[in-house]
Amino acid sequence: MASISGNNPLSGPYSEGKELKQVCMASMTTTQHPSGAANYVEISDLTFMRGDRVIYKDVNIAIPKGKVTAIMGPSGTGKTTLLRLIGGQLKPDQGRIVVDGHNVPDLGRTELFEVRSKMGMLFQSGALFTDLSVYENVAFPLRVHTDLPEDMIRDIVLMKLQAVGLRGASHLMPSELSGGMARRAALARAIALDPELVMYDEPFAGQDPMAMGVVVQLIRLLNDALGHTSIVVSHDVQETASIADYIYVISGGEVIGQGTADEVLNSELPRVRQFMQGLPDGPVPFHFPAPSLEDDFLRGRSL
Amino acid sequence: MIDRIAALGRSGLELLEALGRSGMVLFHALWAWPNLRTTFPLLVKQIYAVGVLSMVIIVVSGLFIGMVLALQGYNILNRYGSEQALGQMVALTLLRELGPVVTALLFAGRAGSALTAEIGLMKTTEQLASMEMIGVDPLRRIVSPRFWAGAICMPTLALIFSSVGVLGAYAVGVLWLGVDGGSFWSNMQNSVEWGDDVLNGVIKSVVFGVVVTWIAVFQGYDTVPTSEGISRATTRTVVYASLAVLGLDFILTAVMFGEL
Repeated sequence: MASISGNNPLSGPYSEGKELKQVCMASMTTTQHPSGAANYVEISDLTFMRGDRVIYKDVNIAIPKGKVTAIMGPSGTGKTTLLRLIGGQLKPDQGRIVVDGHNVPDLGRTELFEVRSKMGMLFQSGALFTDLSVYENVAFPLRVHTDLPEDMIRDIVLMKLQAVGLRGASHLMPSELSGGMARRAALARAIALDPELVMYDEPFAGQDPMAMGVVVQLIRLLNDALGHTSIVVSHDVQETASIADYIYVISGGEVIGQGTADEVLNSELPRVRQFMQGLPDGPVPFHFPAPSLEDDFLRGRSL
Repeated sequence: MIDRIAALGRSGLELLEALGRSGMVLFHALWAWPNLRTTFPLLVKQIYAVGVLSMVIIVVSGLFIGMVLALQGYNILNRYGSEQALGQMVALTLLRELGPVVTALLFAGRAGSALTAEIGLMKTTEQLASMEMIGVDPLRRIVSPRFWAGAICMPTLALIFSSVGVLGAYAVGVLWLGVDGGSFWSNMQNSVEWGDDVLNGVIKSVVFGVVVTWIAVFQGYDTVPTSEGISRATTRTVVYASLAVLGLDFILTAVMFGEL
């Protein structure tokens, strides 16, 4: 399994005695990635609201090309929403989301689908097409975006399924798969076209330890071998940290910390520390905003 | 008072937004006319799902309605000694009115609700979202073939309904009640005209097919992605489509036969 090492190109600027606080600033003032590497995705001054609820407020995130970038944070902070914003499925209230030089919110329908053909996304639920077999699900992107002959499609599909350990399940229908297997099949589909950007939404959820190890390695290997740019959204701190070149920690609609895995894991910033170490008490509230418990119970009693 | 006016305004805006979204869905569905190489197989598959699988209910309903029409018609016509006009009455009733309208109502209940539930469930399980992220437009891939299949199948089903209805009426009127077979068919042939009766009936069923399928695919595509949302969308499809069919039938009848 790959680990974050000192020769990580992204770790350069931070290995020269710079204070962690500088690294883990609550928000970036520029979309240029700290490593100086070219960015595949640049999010600047992003504001997104659902009704009156602020999901993101003036957020800046840069995803460097060819690296594995993790987006972490407590449940309900909008990590999946961020992936949908990058994919153009949601429109921000304000700000720019530049993917490979295209500002996604400004794209027309046709251009948007062209940009998306360079992306792959693993959905939290898998989102396999229920009327197609596992084999046909993985073959789907190849059939619609290429003119490859059938025998070549077959080879590619079997290779992708072999990578996720499901070659033997190619004939099964999605309803016959377990949750973890469905997500691995969806992973094979997401990488079928070897897209330039792969977004993984909770790739480790529901996997047994054996499959989880394979998926962890697979994300890193695919990224390195094919030169993908990867964005991994996950709660699984250790697994994600073991493969991420750079980590953003999000909470309360803002980036509360960022840096290499070591830097974020050893961060002294209270909110980052609380999340990374799984501490129940701290500045990040466990409870959704609500009136006081006492008020709620007393009001209930008086009714 | 102000709150009520504001709520009314909000409802109006929501209605306009929904109309706008449904217009966009219709535009994309019409624009994405299936081409032979890529989406034609999808159209064929949907014609089977929407049309062929609706055949049983259409044929059985047509048969019984034709039989009932013959029974009722015979009782009335017999009083005036003109039971030989039974074929004419049944054919005109089926071709002009009952064929298109009843088929459209059955189509809304059988195929329309299935389309809404299917597309709604695809939305709920993120299949539409994942298709978008693969770079495939669901309006082109999912909605358009279903829309065209509905628009093509509805007139065909209406013609089948009317034909089977006539056969049902023949069985009851001629074989059971003893109306003369020659009179039954010759009266029908003399009175039914291609332009005024058959073509107008087909035009009606095309309009109903487009409207019912449009409502069905839009309700599915626009559903709130929850189980309750799918349930409501399916109900809305049947209710809206049925009301639209009955309302449009009046307008079309007034234009075609009411000398407007």
